[in-house]
Amino acid sequence: MWSSYWDSVAVFLGINVLMGISLYVPMTAGLISLGQGAFMAIGAYVCALLTKANVPFLPALLAGGAVAAVAGLVAGAPALRIRGIYVMILTLGFGEIVRVFFLNFEPTGGASGMGGIRPLTELWQVVLACLIAYAVAWRMRHLRLGRAMIAIHEDDLVAEAMGINLTRTKLVSFSLGALVAGVAGGFYAHQALFIDANQFDFSRSAITFLYVVLGGVANPFGSLVGAAIVTLLPELLRVVQDWRMTVFGTILVLIAIWRPDGLLPAPRLRRS
Amino acid sequence: MLLHVDRITRRFGGYAALNDASCEVAEGLVHALIGPNGAGKTTLFNVISGVLRPTSGRLRFQGVDYTGSRPDKVLTMGIARNFQHVRLVRGLSVLENVMIGAHARIGRGLLGNAAEFLGFAVAEKAAREKAREMLDFVGMAGKAEMQPDNLTLVDQRRLEIARALVSDPRLLLLDEPAAGMNAAELNELSALIRRTQVNGLTVLLVEHHMRLVMSVSDQITVLSAGTIIAGGPPQVIQRDPTVIAAYLGNGDELALHS
Repeated sequence: MWSSYWDSVAVFLGINVLMGISLYVPMTAGLISLGQGAFMAIGAYVCALLTKANVPFLPALLAGGAVAAVAGLVAGAPALRIRGIYVMILTLGFGEIVRVFFLNFEPTGGASGMGGIRPLTELWQVVLACLIAYAVAWRMRHLRLGRAMIAIHEDDLVAEAMGINLTRTKLVSFSLGALVAGVAGGFYAHQALFIDANQFDFSRSAITFLYVVLGGVANPFGSLVGAAIVTLLPELLRVVQDWRMTVFGTILVLIAIWRPDGLLPAPRLRRS
Repeated sequence: MLLHVDRITRRFGGYAALNDASCEVAEGLVHALIGPNGAGKTTLFNVISGVLRPTSGRLRFQGVDYTGSRPDKVLTMGIARNFQHVRLVRGLSVLENVMIGAHARIGRGLLGNAAEFLGFAVAEKAAREKAREMLDFVGMAGKAEMQPDNLTLVDQRRLEIARALVSDPRLLLLDEPAAGMNAAELNELSALIRRTQVNGLTVLLVEHHMRLVMSVSDQITVLSAGTIIAGGPPQVIQRDPTVIAAYLGNGDELALHS
């Protein structure tokens, strides 16, 4: 019995999977972002504004992604000079800047948010977007850019000494991730039908981080598994009613203990 | 001259690892850089390959001043290197590790990447071929699909040489490639270095293994305490009293004649 309730859950799952991929891509190059919610917000607002101006959904969606990608370049540029935990703090700050911007920006509704968005998101579109994003993420491992990102992640000195332009590769990976988050934001706006700044706050970014870490950082399908668990488990746990989030949290902790590298292993590990 | 190292000084705080060091590397030769531990050999390598900026002094390659260029730029100019402590990318196969070295050779830009993604990966295929060729060249054919972690240290060193060679360098910097090798492997290594010469490649070699250095090199530069104290062909260096003093004075009873 596929009700509209499950239809809606599936759409949000797809959006979350896209968010997971949007973080997985820069993480391949060793850039951990705690500000993916900001790119999602940018995509959501841009896309919603455009469809309100009667721009068809697909171009609006792509425009949202494109603006988010540009924002990714802007946010990524200072992140190039720093590493690891400092990148996380910087992206966290960027996320807050974007949230507070939309909170105070009256043309997009400010604190009262933006309503009256048409329900244009359909499940097949989200599924298709996920498939495309996965095809790219999977193929990338076997391409020049993907290899360069893995090399930077593991040893940026070697990467640079072997002719890889660190600046360009890091920016491209950050921006690609932002693009995916922007598209996810467009879908989200036209599914939720009402958006405000606080829907894209730190907890959105943190939970996106959780998808990837839970599923397995070394595997592009990790974010799928992680997003599925984080999205579906609370729905399935409704039977335990008030204890829902407690049980959910316990399960997450247990997974972290049993599978510290995430649920999915790194692909293509050869033994000889 | 292929490479000019012109009065390079590199300080770490108050300590000068390199102090006004100058040398020239002629095209097509195997040029060894020797000296006691702590003489500044690896620092000089890092300066030449752009990993470290010199505090003062200039670097010229094929007549072009490239002082201060980033390592990726230096590689594209035609200077490739290995690392004294092997540095391989563990998440990639042996072949893919070699292909990292071909990065700059493969088509660039958004269009190139898009074409590659859609399967028109002409440059990618050529790079793959070339990477296989290089593995073959260093004697690692058949190990292309292995994980670098599962290789012996000697093979890991060979892999680094293949990775450097795939970028088609004019100058190859080898930092202690013989470390940990037995006699048979040493002979293979010296044959390998000789084979790279066929294409007119210049090799700058840092090595403690004197038998290898004396047998394979055309020119030797001796570095001690950040300063160049001697230079010349092996026969001259072996008899140079300042060189002998530098080694013996350091308590390093390395037999230069062995």
